[in-house]
Amino acid sequence: MILVWLITILFIGGIGAWLAEKSNPELPRYIALATLLLDLFLVMLMLFAPGMLGLDPLEQADLGQPGEWLVLFSADWIPRFGVSFIFGADGLGLLLIALTVFLGLMSLGSAWNEIKDRTGFFYFNLLWTLAGVIGVFTALDLFLFFFFWEVMLIPMYFIIAIWGHENKEYAAMKFFIFTQVSGMLMLLAILMLVFFHYQDTANITFSYFDLLGTNIPEGAAFWVMLGFFIAFATKLPAVPFHNWLPDAHSQAPTPGSVILAGILLKTGAYGLIRFTIPLFPETSSAFAPTAMTLGVISILYTAKVAFGQNDLKRLIAYTSVSHMGFVLLGVYAWTAQAVQGAVMTMLAHGFSAAALFMLAGGLQHRIHTRAMDQMGGLWGVAPKMGFMAVFFTVAAVGMPGLGNFIGEFLVLIGSFRISVAAAAAAAIGMVVAAVYSLIVIQKVFHGENKNNLVVKDLTFVEMFCFGLMMIGLLWMGMYPQSMLNMSEPTLRSLGVLFFN
Amino acid sequence: MYSNLIIDLMQIIMLTIGSVVVMITAAFKRDHAIVCGLTVFSLAAALLTFVFIQPVLPFEATELLLMDEYSLFFSNLIIVGAIGIALLAYPYFQTHNIQNEEFYILLMTATLGAVVLACSNHFVALLLGMEMLGVSMYAMIAYPVHATTVAKFPLEAGIKYLIMSALTTGITLFGIALVYAYIGTLGFDEIPAALDAAGELGPVFVVGVLMIVAGAAFKLSLVPFHIWTPDVYEGAPVPVTAYLATVSKAAMLAVTMRLLLASNALEFNAVIAVLTVMAAASMIIGNLLAVMQENVKRIFAYSSIAHLGYLLVIVIAAASVARPLSVEAMSFYMLAYFVMSLSGFAVISAISNSEKELDTLADFRGLFWRNSWLSVVLITVLLSLAGIPLTAGFIGKFYIFTTGVEGELWFLLTMLIVGSAIGLYYYLRLIYTMLQPADITGDDTAAAAMPVGVHVVMAAMTLAIIYLGVYPTPMINTLQGLAGAF
Repeated sequence: MILVWLITILFIGGIGAWLAEKSNPELPRYIALATLLLDLFLVMLMLFAPGMLGLDPLEQADLGQPGEWLVLFSADWIPRFGVSFIFGADGLGLLLIALTVFLGLMSLGSAWNEIKDRTGFFYFNLLWTLAGVIGVFTALDLFLFFFFWEVMLIPMYFIIAIWGHENKEYAAMKFFIFTQVSGMLMLLAILMLVFFHYQDTANITFSYFDLLGTNIPEGAAFWVMLGFFIAFATKLPAVPFHNWLPDAHSQAPTPGSVILAGILLKTGAYGLIRFTIPLFPETSSAFAPTAMTLGVISILYTAKVAFGQNDLKRLIAYTSVSHMGFVLLGVYAWTAQAVQGAVMTMLAHGFSAAALFMLAGGLQHRIHTRAMDQMGGLWGVAPKMGFMAVFFTVAAVGMPGLGNFIGEFLVLIGSFRISVAAAAAAAIGMVVAAVYSLIVIQKVFHGENKNNLVVKDLTFVEMFCFGLMMIGLLWMGMYPQSMLNMSEPTLRSLGVLFFN
Repeated sequence: MYSNLIIDLMQIIMLTIGSVVVMITAAFKRDHAIVCGLTVFSLAAALLTFVFIQPVLPFEATELLLMDEYSLFFSNLIIVGAIGIALLAYPYFQTHNIQNEEFYILLMTATLGAVVLACSNHFVALLLGMEMLGVSMYAMIAYPVHATTVAKFPLEAGIKYLIMSALTTGITLFGIALVYAYIGTLGFDEIPAALDAAGELGPVFVVGVLMIVAGAAFKLSLVPFHIWTPDVYEGAPVPVTAYLATVSKAAMLAVTMRLLLASNALEFNAVIAVLTVMAAASMIIGNLLAVMQENVKRIFAYSSIAHLGYLLVIVIAAASVARPLSVEAMSFYMLAYFVMSLSGFAVISAISNSEKELDTLADFRGLFWRNSWLSVVLITVLLSLAGIPLTAGFIGKFYIFTTGVEGELWFLLTMLIVGSAIGLYYYLRLIYTMLQPADITGDDTAAAAMPVGVHVVMAAMTLAIIYLGVYPTPMINTLQGLAGAF
């Protein structure tokens, strides 16, 4: 029930924020803050004091389903099609929910002073996107999962289409069509899966647990798996489905970019780990070389493209694709270290990319351009901003001691066992990362301030947000075991290869 | 025996009485409000008789009409639609200052025809219903032709519909004649037995069935019989366009489905092949042409072509999946489409009247900020048409995918996905237009003065879209019940 509350609170808070705008345009952001803090409180309870919510970690085995569930909730929805509300959270789910709520607060922080018009509708969309994402991370009925998959899409469309920058119509439409069409392929694949399960057992069901281990006819299995893969690879995104991302990111307002990069991309990776591979183990292992190759291509190709960008947000967007390539590589290597690394990369990239987009957005808000050749020498006028930029850039590059390093390093170790060539090629990606990241610092913060830009340094709210994210990244880098321990039971139950 | 017959035909009888009453009233007292109120009242009375009809189902009311749960469901849907359209027509025709009472007589007779279509189980009833609906529609489309200021081009639209419709009626009749010549019967459910008795299957029967299908395809505006659709949709007054999009299509689809299933016509490969080509072409061409439109009524016209193409996928699947499932799926999608269309046209109608229709994309610019209620209704409709979850359209799409997967219609499903992808573009374009900053003001004055009836229609339909999307179980149970008979 607690999971249903997490989602419902966000839905209700969203409606409240929309209605509150009429009385006072300042009110919605406080409502959003209260809603998110309430959710954060509940998530913290689930993480650190599950007993207080009546959740006993020791009783996990009694929840009646395979896996290490901390919470499971189920109720009928559309019995005609065997569709039910099944929500569940295990270690992996909880980590991602925590990431979602935390980054939700960060994006609220970046919206705090930036979004001035139609605040009610904005926070409505913000909260509904987050509700959709939490739904995706907890839904264990494929129909319900698809439902939330789409729910998170529409508010995001509104955020880009209304509060976006100069080319927002194009970007919003591209985002929507890419996601929606790949989503329809997934819906088709889900229905095929259900149909084959029905043929086998004469039982229509969308429950994840029932569909695990479905016996799919030889020729069809590949196509069903591909339907899921394309949907998740589009969201991730991986080359060649990454095309929507640079546009969506560069046109979205800062809070939108934060959510997109920080959370929405992770739903794709989560889908691969939770659904694609466990549902189709054999087909997936046959497909793994292709997927890993796509991962490596993503890492290297988009790193090169990123290097050629002049638009700061586009550059960061391409680096996101590059980092997500590591996730794809790690997930399809399917060894313990690799998948753990993928999970760590998801978390750490969530922080670093969100922070970088907040910096880029903050810059654009101050100097009204994203073109790097217009900037230069900003360290002199905004030293705090410069420091933060260096910190998060270095984090993204994979500096030991910070979260991203742990993630990418583990991915490389784990995939080395499966494919030396892929791991070697991906390792080059870490070198290239240094090049495209440091060029940002050089162009934007070093050199001379040739346009005599006057930039207001970071505000208190911004410093606070960045500070929290710094602590998070340091924590992940210094004590990753706390997170690896949480995700390990999940990965074991999903059938990840543990060699010890 | 006879009492059951009368009870079963109660809706039809009530509609007939209603038409006469409305006609006589209009002859004695020319008052728009009274006539409209009386129309809504007679329609509501006819609707409510389903309470008496339900217990005595199914019943073969003469050879011509078959009253069962299926026909009752569609009759109810049709009458509810007619009530909604009467409510939209009242404010719309308020500005039309000459004789607007006759419109309601036509509305009643057209509805009567549609109900007969939905109940028909015989070619004679089919033709009667089709003509009664068609002839009333000609007049309704061209209704404002004598007014001094006309919003659109009703005469052109009326003539276009008349010529095309008359032509296809001829083709249908010819098809019926061929079928009769070959097997010697006109009742739908006698066809399979007669076919067996006729022995070797000649091409004549198949050609006959295909000609009847062509006639139905015209009314359903399936490619390649769709050419009239955009012009007639645009030229007709908004309430009539709504009627065309909802009542006319629902009635025709109901009878087509019954005919195809009862006659086992789907067992012929030629019929399947023709339907498949029509479905694929409708989905692709309908959506592609919609992309280029600047007029919202035309966008809806092309989108209706595409949606009927989606519906045809279910009809084709009926050849290979369990019939009850396909009937259930078809009924649900038709219901969803009915509700979405009515709601969409209600929004256009709310900002239009018989002298000026605001139906171009430019008129909708910034509607979200000018009149958020109207635009929320329209956005709900568009998202539902696009098949986004939380709306009826999603459950409908889900049904299509389900039947398509079970029928293993991979080609059509691919076309469906391609078509829907194109469809997203123009739905989003309209949504985006509404979200743009409002730089024109004062053009939606009609909306401010709009009477309660239009609000009721919009609110009821929007609630229905969301209710069916969030908790479809009760409706699914009903539809499962009615589909069991097939």
